[in-house]
Amino acid sequence: MTSNTFAERFGTWVVNHKWRVLLISLLCVFAAASGGRFLGFITDYRVFFSPDDPRLIAFESLQNTYTKNDNVFYIIAPKNGNVFTQKNLDTIERLTKEAWQTPYSIRVDSITNFQYTSAEGDDLLVEDMVEDSLSLTDNDLQRIKNITTNEPLLVNRLISPSGHVTGVNVTIQLPDAKGGGRVPEITKFSRDLVEKIKVQNPDLDIYLTGMILMNNSFQESSQKDMKTLVPLMFLIVIIVVGVLLRVVSGTIATIIIIFLSILTGMGLAGWAGIKLTPPSASAPNIILTLAIADSVHILVSFLYHMRHGMEKKAAIIESLRINLQPVFLTSLTTAIGFLSMNFSDSPPFHDLGNIVAMGVAAAFFLSVTTLPALMMILPVRVREGKTHGHHAMDGLAEFVIKQRGRLLWIMTIVILVLVSFIPRNELNDEFVKYFDKSVDFRNATDFATDNLTGIYLIEYSLKANDKGGVSDPDYLRTIDNFAQWYREQPATLHVNVVTDIFKRLNKNMHGDDPAWYRLPDERNLAAQYLLLYEMSLPYGLDLNNQLNIDKSATRFTATLKSLSSRELIELEEKAQQWLRENAPANMITDGVSPSIMFAHIGMKNILSMLVGTSVALVLISFILMIALRSIKIGLVSLVPNLVPAAMAFGVWGLFVGEVGLALSIVTGMTLGIVVDDTVHFLSKYLRARREQNKDAQESVRYAFSTVGTALWVTSLALIAGFFVLTFSTFKLNSGMGLLTAIAIALALIADFLFLPPLLMKLDGKKNANTTPEKISSQGA
Amino acid sequence: MKNTYKSRLPGIVFVIGALLVPLASQAETAEEKGLAIAMEYDKRDSGFLDLTAKMTMTLRNRQGNETTRFIKFKTLEVPGDGDKSMSIFNTPADIKGTAMLTFSHKLDPDDQWLYLPALKRVKRISSKNKSGPFMGSEFAFEDLGSQEYEKYAHKYLRDEVIDGMDSFVVERVPQYKYTGYTRQEVWFDKKEYRLIKIVFYDRKNSLLKTLTYSDYNKYIDQYWRAGKMYVENHQTQKSTTLLWDDIVFKTGLSKRDFDKNSLKRAR
Repeated sequence: MTSNTFAERFGTWVVNHKWRVLLISLLCVFAAASGGRFLGFITDYRVFFSPDDPRLIAFESLQNTYTKNDNVFYIIAPKNGNVFTQKNLDTIERLTKEAWQTPYSIRVDSITNFQYTSAEGDDLLVEDMVEDSLSLTDNDLQRIKNITTNEPLLVNRLISPSGHVTGVNVTIQLPDAKGGGRVPEITKFSRDLVEKIKVQNPDLDIYLTGMILMNNSFQESSQKDMKTLVPLMFLIVIIVVGVLLRVVSGTIATIIIIFLSILTGMGLAGWAGIKLTPPSASAPNIILTLAIADSVHILVSFLYHMRHGMEKKAAIIESLRINLQPVFLTSLTTAIGFLSMNFSDSPPFHDLGNIVAMGVAAAFFLSVTTLPALMMILPVRVREGKTHGHHAMDGLAEFVIKQRGRLLWIMTIVILVLVSFIPRNELNDEFVKYFDKSVDFRNATDFATDNLTGIYLIEYSLKANDKGGVSDPDYLRTIDNFAQWYREQPATLHVNVVTDIFKRLNKNMHGDDPAWYRLPDERNLAAQYLLLYEMSLPYGLDLNNQLNIDKSATRFTATLKSLSSRELIELEEKAQQWLRENAPANMITDGVSPSIMFAHIGMKNILSMLVGTSVALVLISFILMIALRSIKIGLVSLVPNLVPAAMAFGVWGLFVGEVGLALSIVTGMTLGIVVDDTVHFLSKYLRARREQNKDAQESVRYAFSTVGTALWVTSLALIAGFFVLTFSTFKLNSGMGLLTAIAIALALIADFLFLPPLLMKLDGKKNANTTPEKISSQGA
Repeated sequence: MKNTYKSRLPGIVFVIGALLVPLASQAETAEEKGLAIAMEYDKRDSGFLDLTAKMTMTLRNRQGNETTRFIKFKTLEVPGDGDKSMSIFNTPADIKGTAMLTFSHKLDPDDQWLYLPALKRVKRISSKNKSGPFMGSEFAFEDLGSQEYEKYAHKYLRDEVIDGMDSFVVERVPQYKYTGYTRQEVWFDKKEYRLIKIVFYDRKNSLLKTLTYSDYNKYIDQYWRAGKMYVENHQTQKSTTLLWDDIVFKTGLSKRDFDKNSLKRAR
């Protein structure tokens, strides 16, 4: 009772102070929106991991011990299919030289500047593999081809075995503070260099990949999405709302409210210091989708009453009176659903959840203040008469009531069957495949993987017993065997291990006799070779990237084909087993790399989101019980609230079968959305039961006829909104959009076909008069 | 080839300098002044004949891990060319007795030989590694070698007070083809023409590292030597401290102490 009088007083106040309300709300929106100037994009894949992620810490530690592995990787594919021509090598020499100019570069590796060692009497020659290409004879070219395509440090890393594609790797050391901000600068330099090189030698293709390019793609992907998806969604809103309301001013007002909600949500995000990533960059779209419902519910009631002869002002007050609480409730539950994302292990999803929650809150406040004020100001012309659409709903209600027994069974079976497909989903987070094929980075990386080398790595910092212990023959033998084991794995493309250098030096020290291409069998000898080699390397090509400073550990890098998360984790587990069986205890260490981090992020996130979703579920159920004033109905509502997500994952398992980081947050998110339909349906049902003393069947009929149309229209808008996200260039967004759209569609089906039979089954036996609760006038 | 390059460059620099400093038209140019400072430094340091010392080199990585190496060092002044020097490594134990002989040259790659006791052989290293790191440290060979003025093209930048010392700041561009630097900024103190600080810019002209000289002592009433050299890499956050002890001048070393045979005997 109190809430209604409050709602009525509130509504009256709003319409009586329309200009003041409009002015104040706009000022608030602009104050919030001005935070938008602080928004920026994060261009660093590490943002997907919480700072205390142990795998991230281990990986950072490895990079701090050796060198960073942020890189720009050029893939050069000559059109004649042969890298080893004067002209092509000259181009690579030039590219290598120019690449040193890359901002924040600390190292450039190519086949031309590879430090080739050879013996000449008692001299050790250390020189660039290729210098002054244009003066090379055919014999030289053949010799260089033979050496490079047989050099374990190069083949399948910087040169393909057949010599048809080569790579130039630029190692980037970003300054710590806001290092990610330099990514676009580095990308631009690299792209310009590609263009420059192509002008000099048009007979080759050059592709760009590497971690820097991936980081840059996060920003490009987000911006592209925002440019295409948001306008598309606005178009859908205009169509859906326009058709539903058939009132121009109402449609315009809705769009204004949605626009202001987005501005507020994004602006507050800016004030909060949030930087955008592809997941959080989808926030405007989601706010847009969710904000429709608030305006639509208020406008539909308002127009209904006007069409039924009410005067405009009274119609607005009446609409606010009956909608204030349900709209508040549905906004609250939606916000809780999104806030549950804060339990995620991946910070971009905290941002997404928080931005959307702020946007949803803004949409609520604007819908009950600015919207009525606007409607007071704008002209509204409606034709009097009954709104249509109810006939279909009445038919559906009859069908459901008639077939309730059968529907209950059929739906139960359908639900169980779909749920049984959930285990078919396999966790997979391959970061390259986060980008679709419209993104350059993805294509370049695919090309690299097909022709030259992979981007998936597993790295180890293998410890020796003591300082300088990397020269210990036992240590060298063990890591050499480890490398051998890795090379035998079908997924391995390349292994970078320091033993190949020792073997080559041993050969060089024995007059290049191939028989000496083996590990030195004495520690002193190995240590002295290492010193000799170390002393002979030029600027930027030192061993810092492979040896730690006191030479007590080396870096071991396996480059792999594209593997799913499961395959990658399995391979690493096998490697761990090998180490346990063959290596001393101090050498056993977890493999680290971005690939490994992403491989585990899905599972980690699911576990953390289980907690988040449970908290959201408890909160939302609690709110429903209070709002519906019935513990029993509150508990019944759990079924249509939870079942859609479970069914959606079943459908997903049946047709897609691959889930990852993004999908692990869908349950919590959809919970907050699908609960709205349940709230509306149940509140109407209960109102019929309590206020009008109807029985369960009659109450179902009443619920269908009053909110049926609104439910399927708002659901349609939601499905359309999330479906638009499937056009995202970023897989985390497109997958999330599709699965959410499926879940919302299934929620609608459950609310229409499963909830009513369930209500009639559980609530129907009792006479309406025995309903213990007091008659309530809540809801509408 | 090298000569035409060398002779052309100062001409261009001169023209640019003349355009930039029209007021100082009758005074010496910035290039002339820079060169004069470097020559004065070189002059004050010449005639020391030879020197022996012990070096303690401590390497530090981004994680803060440290490791220390001890090196015996001797050098012989070679008038008209770069100095000859020998570094003897006695720790860690597995490289004990390893020694490196370097004939440094002003503009050509240095000649280098390394004696490997485990192999009992002297190996000549033929490389252009002057730009490379010395024993994994942040010092490049070209930072540690003798600093003859011919190795650089100079340009006086400004006067500056640093650590309470009036000093000249001179920009110098290495003339060695395979150098790792585009340029360096060098602080010489005005009174003694000692090196106070060098700031290095990498191949893309970005700030790379800073080398600071401190704990200067004067030997045989003439030659200043820093007791401590500290270099910090601003890009990788790695650093190296080099401490000099037991510095002795004019010990009577000769050419024969700096040849392949002496390398094997070195302890």
